Amino acid sequence: MKKSSLPSLIVLVIRRDLLLAMRRRADVLTTLIFFVMVVSLFPLGVGPEMDMLRKMAAGVLWVAALLSSMLSLGRLFSADYLDGTLEQMMLAPQSLSMLVLGKIAAHWIVSGLPLVLMAPVLGVQFDMPVQSLGVLIVGLLLGTPVLSMIGAIGAALTLGLRGGGVLLSLLVLPLCIPVLIFGTGAVEAVSTGLSAVSHLSLLGALFMLALVSTPWVTAQALRISME
Amino acid sequence: MAINWFKYSAPTTFYGLAGKLIPWFAISSALLFAVGLYIGFVVAPVDYQQGEFYRIIFIHVPASILSMFLYLVMAGYAALGLIFNTRLSSMMATAIAPTGALFAFISLWTGALWGKPMWGAWWVWDARLTSELILLFLYLGFIALHASIDDPRRADRASALLAIVGSVNVPIIYFSVKWWNTLHQGSTIKFSGTSMHVAMQQAMFTVLVACWLYAIAVVLARVRSIILERERNTTWINELPEVRS
Repeated sequence: MKKSSLPSLIVLVIRRDLLLAMRRRADVLTTLIFFVMVVSLFPLGVGPEMDMLRKMAAGVLWVAALLSSMLSLGRLFSADYLDGTLEQMMLAPQSLSMLVLGKIAAHWIVSGLPLVLMAPVLGVQFDMPVQSLGVLIVGLLLGTPVLSMIGAIGAALTLGLRGGGVLLSLLVLPLCIPVLIFGTGAVEAVSTGLSAVSHLSLLGALFMLALVSTPWVTAQALRISME
Repeated sequence: MAINWFKYSAPTTFYGLAGKLIPWFAISSALLFAVGLYIGFVVAPVDYQQGEFYRIIFIHVPASILSMFLYLVMAGYAALGLIFNTRLSSMMATAIAPTGALFAFISLWTGALWGKPMWGAWWVWDARLTSELILLFLYLGFIALHASIDDPRRADRASALLAIVGSVNVPIIYFSVKWWNTLHQGSTIKFSGTSMHVAMQQAMFTVLVACWLYAIAVVLARVRSIILERERNTTWINELPEVRS
């Protein structure tokens, strides 16, 4: 058997998951539509005053992104778990952490990236200035992968449980709070005339920390759930 | 004679030891609560700034300290259980969680009662309040995950992993919330002396010790129940006098 190198292995997993996601486009779209809907509900709930909306725009977009990323997490491992693919992955000679990293990356491309691309449009609806929008996008680009990575731990721990979806949110949401704080903090800093660099650097640090540790922890969680 | 250091790490022996220890911890905890609260509510002088309201700290501060320490203790036991596969450690972690959650809740509740007269609001989004609330969420997540897995071994290991991830996250959450907003007054007890009256210190430390003893007594009682439940099919449980009768 030809043993593939690590990068090509990750690319292989990503391509496989993307192909599967493309075959079931509805799943991808529902997450995005949920994101748009939640964001659009806020002006209806708090009133259409532009001053207020401009102030809360970053927070609303981030919370909505957090919630919609929770929605899609359940699908991260469940299909592979049900059809036995996950078991084969664990038996594979390659490192499970790397396979998990590939799956997380694919999950982010399918559920996180569309949110990042959609965010400017929604930000304009809230009358966000261009500069804040730019920082929001950079923040989301750094932050949404972290949400996927932390969420993967929760998804692995709740694999195959009754009521896994709600439980998953209960476990993962508290752990995601720092991402939310630094993401919205960056936008707020810019809108009050300060530099957003410190917040974005911290988000970057969280990203690196999550990148190094979460695939391994997720792999351990999968082993616990599968035995 | 060689001492067997791990004698009490087996549920069989620990069950009896815990049963013998519980009354000691429970009685001394009750006594210290009585003494501490007496000093706090009667002996300690009125604060010149906060009036009588400050007396709630005699419950608030020990509860907050314990809620944080118990999380670390719980995560420590969970890690022991995960690494060395010892049954008792996982049972201890499970037994600690409800007590920790209780202390986190008491700390939030008394904090709100103190905040109303002092800050004029039941709740403010300040760093310590928020991180204490998140700590309560972490406890609830641990309990919920453990409760929703039927197989006790998988439940132990899954929630142990969650507790460890949570304990890594606690400092990150704390500092992120701290930089986010700060209104809570700084610590009064510092390592370099304190600005508190002696009677206030005595009351606070007595109640703190009482809370520790209470936590130990309750956790031991709960771990005994967990042992009985998990090992109900073994012969030694069925030979216990309290089970036979």
